[in-house]
Amino acid sequence: MTRARGLLLATWDFVVGDDWRTAIGVVLALAFTALVAAAGISAWWVMPPAVLGLLWLSVRRTARGA
Amino acid sequence: MSGAEIGLALSVFLACTVEAVEALTIVLAVGSTRSWSSAMRGVGAAVLALAVIVAVLGPALTALPIGVLRVIVGGLLLIFGLQWLRKAILRSAGLKAKHDELESYKQETQAARAAGGRHAGFDGYAFTIAFKGVLLEGLEVAFIVLTFGANQHRVALAAAAAGLAVLLVTTAGVAARAPLTRVPENTMKFAVGVMLSSFGMFWGAEGAGASWPGGDAALLAIIPGMLVAAVAMAKILGRGTHPAVSA
Repeated sequence: MTRARGLLLATWDFVVGDDWRTAIGVVLALAFTALVAAAGISAWWVMPPAVLGLLWLSVRRTARGA
Repeated sequence: MSGAEIGLALSVFLACTVEAVEALTIVLAVGSTRSWSSAMRGVGAAVLALAVIVAVLGPALTALPIGVLRVIVGGLLLIFGLQWLRKAILRSAGLKAKHDELESYKQETQAARAAGGRHAGFDGYAFTIAFKGVLLEGLEVAFIVLTFGANQHRVALAAAAAGLAVLLVTTAGVAARAPLTRVPENTMKFAVGVMLSSFGMFWGAEGAGASWPGGDAALLAIIPGMLVAAVAMAKILGRGTHPAVSA
């Protein structure tokens, strides 16, 4: 493994951790916010339910595995 | 100081206090069982490395256009904050072991004694463990200092809040000469998770082009809302579970 690859993996692990689904969900929610805002529609309402939904799914997934 | 700046300073201070308490336990364990001078050299080297990381990345981040900065850094902060909050909710629900400084201290002390190879001069084990402990705990703080500081263009304020936390924890540690078991770490981690997630969501959405009703004042609704939701999740998950054994 090259040093760059090792650094990349360590950075991924540091920021994303063991729940990549939540990270993907955050990226998708932000992308949807950008789309809605670009269409000229108020977009602030997208993130709160998306974040709470992602958090709930994440804790439930981990709790079931515990 | 604006409300967002107070939130920034408070979040960094709480996060740094928690990480500093954990780092202090490691340093105390190797310092008292192996070598204080080597452990302190390890601490110094790690603090220097962290200062270089913040000094190099801070100006680089603040040079980005604010929209790009907010969506990237806000998104990263949100992902990072949700990790903290998920673990905090699981701890609060009794599904994950709560952090216990005394137990950590005992484990570190046993490992330090078992490592062997002690010399009168420089002790490589004490140096390495202290360096790694402070660097790893400090990296999380550096990440929070950089993301919060860069978004508000107040890296210096974030660094000052982190410095104050380190100073207080170090002073308390020197006075007590023992792990700081009375610091409510698990509650503080819960609070930090809420703050990181709230600010990450706020900045990420703004960077993506959304405008929050009331501007910065929206944080006064977002933070309590996130807290209430997280507490409710912990309560729902905690029903019928038995507290996990501390580790």
